[in-house]
Amino acid sequence: MRYLPLTDADRRDMLAKIGVTSIDALYDDVPKRARLSKPVDLPDHQGELEVERAIAALAAKNLNAGQAACFLGGGAYRHHVPAAVDHLIQRGEFLTSYTPYQPEVTQGTLQYLFEFQTQVALITGMDVANASMYDGATSAAEAVMMATRVTRRTRAVVSGGLHPHYGEITATHARFLEIDLDLAPPDPEGNEDLIARIDGATACVIVQNPSFFGHLRDLRKLSAACREKGALLIVAVGETVSLGAVESPGAMGADIVVAEGQSIGNALGFGGPYLGLFAARDKYVRQMPGRLVGETLDVDGRRGWVLTLATREQHIRREKATSNICTNSGLCALAFTIHLALLGEEGFRRLAALNHAAAVQLAERLSAIKGVTVLNDAFFNEFTIKLPRPAAGVVDRLVERNILGGIPASRFWPDEPALANLLIVTATETNTVAEMDAFATALGEIL
Amino acid sequence: MKPDPITDTFSGDRGLRLEEPLLFEQDRSGRCGVDLPAPPKVKSRLGGLERKGPIGLPGLSEPQVVRHYTRLSQKNYAIDMGLYTLGSCTMKHNPRLNERAVRMPGLADLHPLQPIRTVQGALELMEQVAHWLKTLTGMPAVALSPGAGAHGELCGMMAIRAALDDRGDKRRRVLVPESAHGTNPATAVACGFTVDPIPADPSGRVDLAAFREKLGPDVAAIMLTNPNTCGLFERDIVEIADALHKIGAFFYCDGANFNAIVGRVRPGDLGIDCMHINLHKTFSTPHGGGGPGAGPVVFSDKLASYVPLPFVVHDAEGFRLVEQAFDGKSFGRLKGFHGQMGMFVRALAYMMSHGGDGLAQVSGDAVLNANYILASLKSEMSPAFPGTCMHEALFDDEFLKGTGVTTLDFAKAMIDEGYHPMTMYFPLIVHGAMLIEPTETESKDSLDRFIETMAALAKAAKEGDKQRFLDAPRFSPRRRLDETAAARHPVLRWKPPQPASETAE
Repeated sequence: MRYLPLTDADRRDMLAKIGVTSIDALYDDVPKRARLSKPVDLPDHQGELEVERAIAALAAKNLNAGQAACFLGGGAYRHHVPAAVDHLIQRGEFLTSYTPYQPEVTQGTLQYLFEFQTQVALITGMDVANASMYDGATSAAEAVMMATRVTRRTRAVVSGGLHPHYGEITATHARFLEIDLDLAPPDPEGNEDLIARIDGATACVIVQNPSFFGHLRDLRKLSAACREKGALLIVAVGETVSLGAVESPGAMGADIVVAEGQSIGNALGFGGPYLGLFAARDKYVRQMPGRLVGETLDVDGRRGWVLTLATREQHIRREKATSNICTNSGLCALAFTIHLALLGEEGFRRLAALNHAAAVQLAERLSAIKGVTVLNDAFFNEFTIKLPRPAAGVVDRLVERNILGGIPASRFWPDEPALANLLIVTATETNTVAEMDAFATALGEIL
Repeated sequence: MKPDPITDTFSGDRGLRLEEPLLFEQDRSGRCGVDLPAPPKVKSRLGGLERKGPIGLPGLSEPQVVRHYTRLSQKNYAIDMGLYTLGSCTMKHNPRLNERAVRMPGLADLHPLQPIRTVQGALELMEQVAHWLKTLTGMPAVALSPGAGAHGELCGMMAIRAALDDRGDKRRRVLVPESAHGTNPATAVACGFTVDPIPADPSGRVDLAAFREKLGPDVAAIMLTNPNTCGLFERDIVEIADALHKIGAFFYCDGANFNAIVGRVRPGDLGIDCMHINLHKTFSTPHGGGGPGAGPVVFSDKLASYVPLPFVVHDAEGFRLVEQAFDGKSFGRLKGFHGQMGMFVRALAYMMSHGGDGLAQVSGDAVLNANYILASLKSEMSPAFPGTCMHEALFDDEFLKGTGVTTLDFAKAMIDEGYHPMTMYFPLIVHGAMLIEPTETESKDSLDRFIETMAALAKAAKEGDKQRFLDAPRFSPRRRLDETAAARHPVLRWKPPQPASETAE
């Protein structure tokens, strides 16, 4: 078997050295009745060609987004990733390295994470960022838990514009930690009033910008209201490319920013692995979850990097840790930081501008269709349209024309008739004008 | 120009050892590593929220970026380069077929919210992964979505909480061995439980008498790693499971060390109620410098109805994703979208490559390799416990007594010898612990060289060659780094240099 270097002769020699007669004898501590006497009922080993063929056959049963005109967003975005990104992240020195517990021989990982932390802090407008979380959704839940630690309060206000997955995960954790969630109803119009929900017991308000329905909002009033009541403002960003065009959450008064980093450097990949961005004000750093890389000197006085402030973490603090997180999204963070390094200031802004322009062009086309209303005044690359009939059926008809024409709100709220006709659509730099025309034509005909 | 005092070269570089400044120190305004077209002129719909002022991202060209990361990569140790002895991390070879498979456009370029009928192959693949994991563990149900081992722990312990809540049971005490990974107690607390540590017996396993004394009506569960963090199989595991079940408590098994038994022992036959599986350990998905991982959790019948959303079901219509609770028993959602699909693809490629027959050889060779190290170094170093081990060999620092060399010094000297050090000072119950896990993908030649080197180091320490250890590492890109200073005055991001006048203040 190609991944196993030991030969039978090696095994015999090694067993002799150990002083046992068989590998089975090394399992003597296992209760006899639990030792399998024959192989498990699974197919035998296969060569590379056979495995590749089998997985390719599964892949062929899917419609990949690149074969269609894709207008899907909802927390996962299709962007062009430069060729250099995937080449570099596949270098074995990155791919097959572990968490940098021995800093002298993992300066590569540590330096790129330090650069990643800096980039994330810059684009979110925050003081400090960690070395990544699992995804945007789990970061949102971690942020709410962190806010309850910082404020020593147990109530959290959740915006109806927050991605439902972010909200649902937060609710899962809240249930077991007895955090009282005030869940605002879904907000497709983007006009909810969260300020009225804040009181002296509120630990935090979590709001997404642009919202799940695409609405961009000025958060400064909300931030001031939070400050007045001693609550923290958590801003979630589902589409990180938006930060190249839109005022940063930090500039609008956020205390904690969480974001889904997939859209920079990472493939859609059917939903994972992605990476969570997590940034905060300096004064909260000791309550943050996850790993942090810090700068220091070695004994020769040369600059280097180490994991730091580990006394927050589970391997030191055990039951008193700020989070149980250990493994993060290192390699996805590497893809993110390489893509953002290639983009730089100019490229990041231009990419964001291209996305916004594409969405404006699409909105113009769709709003011209009879019976279609765009619900958003301000948006980035994603907006919500109201159709004259249920969106789920329309999406199915669009697939027949090779168009992935948006996300029906009913995918998330199947039991809310008021949302059944809503369709959330996205355009990115990967969508051509021809695709937008085809989408508008097809939608007009189907309706 | 004078030579650099450390490198003795004018450039400060030394042969293949090349210094690399931060991205931010290579910035030129207006330079860019991508060519994007000018955006078409449209009327802005940003609602007056346009970003004001520069962000501060550096401008580099593509060749600079490629060189930057290539140079950084060369400052890392990796499995591809050598033996990565980090115990409890299962640093095995990462097959490149897995990387090819995950990049097939029909898998990589799939949006998670595409209509279900356009992703039938993806759901079928998830179903296949589920089938392999259930068969290998002998458990009836699996939740695929957890993002890593610790996330899987949350998943399992939340299911236990949900089952307890469902029967109106307020018990909250969770037993956790003192030797456990830090994630275990952290997880228990994150699920609203309290932690009660249980000691180890002299053989490095759960002290059965102490365990029995801890039992009571308020015990909710145990979190037990098996094989445990000392690299030993918990011989009394069936008795432990029976005793827990008799009082209505649950058995959470931490499956971090599943590589030791995969294909040979099914945890379901040992009486456990749930167990997470680190796909990035046992099933070879790459560690990537700290992640991403994947931590699917298998469940017994007792807990199967509480599994988190989403999950895949299969009926006459094909494969479907259940994304909303319908019977109110699922404890809810734990992860965005449907889990770590990219890891499912890699793990499936790995499992299919080995097959049921090969996976038994995987665990057997992993255990053989660890025991070969243990047997070969037992007189030069000091094994923490008598007898054979499972997939990792645990030593204490007894053999360094009186040498003035610590476990840390010894580890740093291994770096100079071309090895990634073992896990140090863990498990906490062993003094100066050194936990060595070679995995099955190491050849005998490689192990022999490693053993000779370790024996030579141990001899050097005993013979008083202390300086070799105190100065180590001498040959790595950096020497020992000041971690105390890093924590005392945290510098967590790059900031532009202050103008001279401000620095003076």
